[in-house]
Amino acid sequence: MYKKNLFDPAITRRAVRDSFRKLDPRLQIRNPVMFVVWVCAVFTSALALQALLGHGEAPFGFILAVSLWLWITLLFANFAEALAEGRGKAQAESLRKTRRDVQAKRLLNAKDRTRHESVSAPSLRKGEVVLVEAGDVVPCDGEVLEGVASVDESAITGESAPVIRESGGDRSAVTGGTRVLSDWLVVRVAANPGEAFLDRMIALVEGSKRQKTPNEIALGILLAALTIVFLLATATLLPFSAFAVHASGQGQTVTVTVLVALLVCLIPTTIGGLLSAIGIAGMDRMIQANVIANSGRAVEAAGDVDVLLLDKTGTITLGNRQAVEFLAAPGVTPEELADAAQLSSLADETPEGRSIVVLAKERHGLRERRIQEIGAVFVPFTAQTRMSGVDFEGRQIRKGADDAIAAWIASRRGSLAPEVRAQVERIARGGGTPLLVAEGDRVLGVIHLKDVVKGGIRERFGELRRMGIRTIMITGDNSLTAASIAAEAGVDDFLAQATPEAKLALIREHQSQGHLVAMAGDGTNDAPALAQADVAVAMNSGTQAAKEAGNLIDLDSNPTKLIEIVEIGKQMLMTRGSLTTFSIANDVAKYFAIIPAAFALTYPELKSLDVMHLATPASAILSAVIFNALIIVFLIPLALRGVAYRPIGAAALLRRNLLVYGLGGLVVPFAGIKLIDLALSSLGLA
Amino acid sequence: MSWLQILFYLVVLVVLAKPLGGFMARIYEGEMPACARWLAPLERAIYRFCGLRADQEQGWKSYAGAMLAFNLLGLLAVYALQRLQGFLPLNPAHMAAVSPDSSFNTAVSFATNTNWQGYGGETTMSHLTQMLGLSVQNFVSAASGMAVLVALARGFTRKSSSTIGSFWVDLVRSTVYILLPLSIVLALVLVSQGVVQNFAAPVVAHTLQGAEQSISMGPAASQIAIKQLGTNGGGFFNVNSAHPLENPTAFSNLLEMLSILLISAGLCFTFGRLVKDKRQGLALLASMLIVLAPCIVMVQLFEQAGTHAQQLAGVELSAAADQPGGNMEGKELRLGIANSAIWSVATTAASNGSVNAMHDSFTPLGGLWPMWLIQLGEVIFGGVGSGLYGLLLFAIVAVFVAGLMVGRTPEYLGKKIGAFEMQWASFAILAPCVAVLFGTAVAVLLDAGRAGVANPGAHGFSEILYAFSSAGNNNGSAFAGLSANTPFFNIALGFAMLVGRYLVMLPVLAIAGALAAKKLVPAGPGTLPTHGLLFVLLLVSTVLLVGALTFIPALALGPIVEQLQMLH
Repeated sequence: MYKKNLFDPAITRRAVRDSFRKLDPRLQIRNPVMFVVWVCAVFTSALALQALLGHGEAPFGFILAVSLWLWITLLFANFAEALAEGRGKAQAESLRKTRRDVQAKRLLNAKDRTRHESVSAPSLRKGEVVLVEAGDVVPCDGEVLEGVASVDESAITGESAPVIRESGGDRSAVTGGTRVLSDWLVVRVAANPGEAFLDRMIALVEGSKRQKTPNEIALGILLAALTIVFLLATATLLPFSAFAVHASGQGQTVTVTVLVALLVCLIPTTIGGLLSAIGIAGMDRMIQANVIANSGRAVEAAGDVDVLLLDKTGTITLGNRQAVEFLAAPGVTPEELADAAQLSSLADETPEGRSIVVLAKERHGLRERRIQEIGAVFVPFTAQTRMSGVDFEGRQIRKGADDAIAAWIASRRGSLAPEVRAQVERIARGGGTPLLVAEGDRVLGVIHLKDVVKGGIRERFGELRRMGIRTIMITGDNSLTAASIAAEAGVDDFLAQATPEAKLALIREHQSQGHLVAMAGDGTNDAPALAQADVAVAMNSGTQAAKEAGNLIDLDSNPTKLIEIVEIGKQMLMTRGSLTTFSIANDVAKYFAIIPAAFALTYPELKSLDVMHLATPASAILSAVIFNALIIVFLIPLALRGVAYRPIGAAALLRRNLLVYGLGGLVVPFAGIKLIDLALSSLGLA
Repeated sequence: MSWLQILFYLVVLVVLAKPLGGFMARIYEGEMPACARWLAPLERAIYRFCGLRADQEQGWKSYAGAMLAFNLLGLLAVYALQRLQGFLPLNPAHMAAVSPDSSFNTAVSFATNTNWQGYGGETTMSHLTQMLGLSVQNFVSAASGMAVLVALARGFTRKSSSTIGSFWVDLVRSTVYILLPLSIVLALVLVSQGVVQNFAAPVVAHTLQGAEQSISMGPAASQIAIKQLGTNGGGFFNVNSAHPLENPTAFSNLLEMLSILLISAGLCFTFGRLVKDKRQGLALLASMLIVLAPCIVMVQLFEQAGTHAQQLAGVELSAAADQPGGNMEGKELRLGIANSAIWSVATTAASNGSVNAMHDSFTPLGGLWPMWLIQLGEVIFGGVGSGLYGLLLFAIVAVFVAGLMVGRTPEYLGKKIGAFEMQWASFAILAPCVAVLFGTAVAVLLDAGRAGVANPGAHGFSEILYAFSSAGNNNGSAFAGLSANTPFFNIALGFAMLVGRYLVMLPVLAIAGALAAKKLVPAGPGTLPTHGLLFVLLLVSTVLLVGALTFIPALALGPIVEQLQMLH
């Protein structure tokens, strides 16, 4: 739709405001890790106040600094979330603009479109019928009952070319907020107020209805468990330290401030603070890819898909057969055949017919002629003759399926040459469609019509294969044709002569083997299969039934969009996993910084664990806390953009990410803490 | 020589474990190998006697209920035997009833396969208590652990199933076909080496100085065999396998060391066969060995290097034909440093707890490894069954994080890992940590806890930390030095043992039940392989990181500072 700069000034300003608003404990408690930080911040603030009054356990300045940085940690985490939400909110606002207070023309009687009353759009209920005329904004999601009109859907899809909406068939769905440009439509309301497509989209981008996905919940549990472990490890240090003081006869018990600092450094605040931002940003990326997800769950499931069902027509092939070859009969020159083929197709407006004219021009330099100018009479295709052609200067040229032409020339006492028959068989075996061209009682030759596979599709399937996804082509063709196209397009398998029942059975079969199946579809007859598939992408151009059955809607109506959806789903998981690893690996360095500092007075010997040679105990602890806060800010761009996905296989991907985020997570804080310590001590702050 | 001994030990261990693992897999799959068929009548007799049916499967709740009921019964029986031993036969030394708190501690200890001993065996327990109480528990507590592991393995292999096997069948088969025959063979070989096996009263000996010494007798060999094989560790004699009548020769020492890890190592092969992918079992075994071997090396190095004081005094510390060198305090001269190093690491890696040297007398950094191995949660070999299911919990966590990192809902062995599994795996990993840290904190806070400490300073802290680490992870070895046979420690450690055992077992069974009910996801190029080196390293890192992050602060105040102090 539109891409935005990561730190758009307006959004950033609002995010800063929101990060203070989000300090509300009622909001914080939703995130257990950050709630612990919140409690710690409140607690150290109280300790600082106590120190100010002269009863402090440590110098006022130190406690205050720790406390301030804990608040800053919270603000940074809030900022990340607010920034992710802000990007969505900006989008939602532009969507809301399309939804001015629209007046709808409600029909008093569904059969009679002349009598209607004016009501406001939000008062429309499901099942009511409205009239939308040229220039009107469609007041609701609905299904066209009557009429044909061109509709501008740019408000939803960002695509400026108008689309045709008509009753019946696969183009009968209209979306609220779009505008009818010409003609009129009678539409049955398909959604109650607040449930419409636009409402869903706004709720989604605002993140207000965001439910946690299964993996997010599981990760939340792991993070909570880690938090408890560290809570325990630090809380028990108080008695341990008291015992150590008692045993060694020197120093003093570790202060609560230091323990709180240690706790906040150890619990996974990095991932805890960025977790919801990652989820929101994932949905945001979906919307930028022009895909509307019903739930985050669907996006996540997309990352797990390992079987992908694709319709042949429109997805794998260009949608129509095209002429690729003229095969002349014995005794006929190729030019003669091309000329006849062109003449027979001049008035044929089907894509197949057009492709014959184009091929004749490309191969034999035959310019297109106007059928009226040369005085030819067009013989249109009928279901009875199953042929079309021209009558021209006494010549009768016909083209059609082999049996139809054979019958035609037989009626004129002509016969089919064995060479032609062989050609016909060869083409059919290869998955193509043979068309015979005849003049009078003579067969001139064969036109080879073929499904043309889209450019670049083979590479995309290769990419999917490397991602671990098997592609299965679905087609109504016979298995011979299907096999040849499947081989050409590079899909892994195909389902020929597919009926809706066969599609459903295929999905169920794969699911019973434990596979997760994705499918793209647009027609009403796709709806059962879409409902059964784990990830179902409905085309926005499709029927209302298909859109209701799908859990993702592609506004561009581009079936290969699934590849992008899968990538976004994977990216979301990868970002969470990588930041979790990073967060936990960070703890090692923090131990090395804080443990020697915390027990500097009781056990000065522990100083030899301080491999970073930090200036003072206070500076060591403060540096760790500051690092812990700053790292959240540094990782916000990564959280919002996501960790890049590469289709290189699971093991290679894991090795890569472990190296970057695991090893990086071990090393980076050593350098970071040391740098902050140097800065603090050079500024004379600690 | 030391290094050769260590290498020899590891090679023999793996060579023996492989066929045993295959044998155990066939037992659990119900296809009796020919060599075990003669025991089938015994199995059938037990079922008939108890009114069980071998083909009756249980869901996880029913399985867990059976396991808990059976363990509770054993616990009560051991408690009663100790309290009533004065009135019961086979008590030639006329031992009086054991105190209630010590009885509780011991009953829990043997039911949970911990075999922590707050008492001196030969001076407290009658032969009847030892045989009918402790020895029986040695078998069935080990068998309980193996049963739970097998149930978890079934969770991974079954598809959309509501059952995970029968606890009773798994328990009986583990005992009848595996533990019983192995320990009979081992006991006989040990007797041939000079381990005592009789019901005699103590023998009175007169020493050269004219003093009178009472040498305890009893059915030691049979109990030692199962204490080693079942990772129990409760010695017949107080000083455990440092006692010449419990571990008389170098050969008996080797056998006892091998039997500590034998079944746990074998179960890795068993698991691989049960889940129909031997590489998975090998990966788990490799993960264990990767941690075990360096630990043995470290103990050997630090003990051979001796103490800082020895070094300063210019003592000759290298091993030679006529002297072991190094730090020999608390070690048997018959066995030397390498054998003590292997034993101490094996016994703490596995939750065995038997000793042939006193870990308390190791150098601080030598003694750190055994303690650390316990704190890793007893998953490096660990208790029979319990070690491997513990490691599988870590594998679930490792797979979860790794799965996210490759952008897929995590799955292990074809089962998707969701919130339920994560919840219980986290809980089970957390429970022993809580028992250890919370227990230690309570002990150092209370006078009753501090009173038990024998040494001042950081070492005293290590003693308490070790005791709770040992109990909370069901190891049972002691650091010595700590007077733990007090009401406080008996009760506190008893609870730590209960937490460390059952709050792990129950989640494991819950996970087994949840996994069994799931579909099996076929592996593809997007699936994370869990049998390669990468996964092994990831699993080991997870275990180490969780262990290290949880216990580094505590360790810093114990052994680490102790070693640093010694250097200063």
